[in-house]
Amino acid sequence: MLEFKLALKNLLGSGLRTWLNVTVLSIAFVIIIFYNGMLDGWNMQATNDTRAWETGAGQFWHPDYNPYDPFTFADSHSKMEEGILALEEKEMATPVLITQATGYPGGRLVNILLKGVSPNQKILSIPSHLLKDNPDDPYYIPAIIGNRMAQNLRLKEGERVLVRWRDANGTFDAREVTITGIFKTTVPTIDAGQIWIPLEKLQELTSMTGEATYAVISPNAADLPEHTKWIYKDDKALLKDLADIMAAKKGSSRVISSLLLAIALLAIFDTQILSIFRRQKEIGTYIALGMTRMRVVRLFTIEGTTHSFLAILVGMAWGMPLLLWIQRNGIPMPANADQAGVAIADKITPYYGGGMIMATVLLVVLSSLIVSYMPTKRISKMKPTDALRGKLV
Amino acid sequence: MKIFNNTFTRIILIIISTLITLQLTGQNGKEILEKVDQNLSSKNRIIESSLTIHGRRSSRTITSRSWTEGDKKSFTEYLTPASEAGTKMLKLDGQLWIYTPSADRTIQISGHLLRQSVMGSDLSYEDMMDDRKLSDVYNVTVTGKDTLQKRDVLVLELVAKVSDIAYYKQKMWIDAERYVPLRQEMYARSGQLLKRAELTEVKRIQNRWYPSKVVYKDMLKDGKGTEFVTSSIKFDQTIPEHIFSKASLR
Repeated sequence: MLEFKLALKNLLGSGLRTWLNVTVLSIAFVIIIFYNGMLDGWNMQATNDTRAWETGAGQFWHPDYNPYDPFTFADSHSKMEEGILALEEKEMATPVLITQATGYPGGRLVNILLKGVSPNQKILSIPSHLLKDNPDDPYYIPAIIGNRMAQNLRLKEGERVLVRWRDANGTFDAREVTITGIFKTTVPTIDAGQIWIPLEKLQELTSMTGEATYAVISPNAADLPEHTKWIYKDDKALLKDLADIMAAKKGSSRVISSLLLAIALLAIFDTQILSIFRRQKEIGTYIALGMTRMRVVRLFTIEGTTHSFLAILVGMAWGMPLLLWIQRNGIPMPANADQAGVAIADKITPYYGGGMIMATVLLVVLSSLIVSYMPTKRISKMKPTDALRGKLV
Repeated sequence: MKIFNNTFTRIILIIISTLITLQLTGQNGKEILEKVDQNLSSKNRIIESSLTIHGRRSSRTITSRSWTEGDKKSFTEYLTPASEAGTKMLKLDGQLWIYTPSADRTIQISGHLLRQSVMGSDLSYEDMMDDRKLSDVYNVTVTGKDTLQKRDVLVLELVAKVSDIAYYKQKMWIDAERYVPLRQEMYARSGQLLKRAELTEVKRIQNRWYPSKVVYKDMLKDGKGTEFVTSSIKFDQTIPEHIFSKASLR
């Protein structure tokens, strides 16, 4: 206890030097929490949105379906197996059919994916209810697109675009589709290059009656069919790309955190070296008065580590209001931030989890402890007489 | 009496023109298509041709030499420009191999890759490879007669009788005398016009009529289309078997 009292007294006695170190460390502490909070917030938002708009709670894929190879789409369709059909009947699964197609907006040629989805589905957030048929026109094809696609094709609601595709036998067909809705989503993988039309219409147009490419499973689905030929992809598999990107981002976050911390810790290390050099007679007096060398080492280590505790307190004092303000207002992202294909909202809302804050506190305290201890090792080798005469170093 | 004469003359003229139309269109569509096939199809052929692709900003021309046997075997070597020279394509049944000298690699194109455009043109590999006789894959009806390129033509409507075909419907303007198409329109199942080919410079080659210039145009997009000009063609030659082997790609 004596060491703690002495350490705090010495530290506060150092005045400006201590507060400079504490300020630098507190900045590093707050920035680390902010950066990690931003990544965690983005991760949560992207994961939730991707689940809501694209992946659901899982998916059953046609055995030949490979979303990374568009050339597999023409062959990856068939009638769904009984187990999956039973889920669809209970509204616990919704089938999606994909066909490669070409759009011709204003005489331009744009490669697109024509996707069929049930207008009555409730599993995905895609506003499929906007796919309203026109009973008076048998050739009417309602279609919805995302705002990125609308921008790319330069289309507005109510306008028409000519689309060409091939049916199951490879025969060309072409019709105009009418844009009945433009939706805004943070998930570019269900927007860019895609036109959504009613599933039954697409099945009819492509001679693929009752067929689908994959089925999206509802989070409320209880018993999933086993031993199906269609491949089940769970939540983890479907979000793997996102998780990989986040892991890479976390890696870069660790590098930035380490650099910030290194700058702050360098100051503490420097202070420790200076203290030991300037306070040799004091160290000799402590030992002469009966303190063991290890107690003196402990005293100086605690003194250095206390910087981190003060930094956390100071950081909380100025950082907490700032971080909470940022959390409330969000961080605006540039309009083309989602061009890489990852879900990014207009604003990222940081998420400061308890675990992340505790881990940052531990990191700051432990690293301060290490850099505070390292320079004090030479105290354990000193002779008290030399120290009293100021000849330790 | 004068009025009667005028009316009579008109009736006679109508009857004569109807008879002429009936005589022309009365020909069995299938027979016409078979005559077209006789002109266009052969046991084998060796062609030197150029493909001019008109882009938005510029045009480029690719020349090639091809050896073709029936609808199953074909070997093509690109001659110019320098960037494409030495590229070779071998088609055997439904498979296609392409050798690229710059990469010194042979890749196989199959399945749906065959539906991709050939070097950015309005033609797909499938368009180039589908050499089936028209009379084998289409039911045909003669719908009328017309004049095109200052020649009398018969207008044929072709509707697919097989399911594995790219164009469900075609319309052809056939030279009524030489039985060679002068215009060809390809339609989607919905009736939407997809592509148009204008066939010109019909020449007499080895007892058959052959259009040496074809301009293909994708009717759904802007652009001038793709020109295919045959500079030399020889039918029913002796082609060594090794030409149609993968060894000839390198």
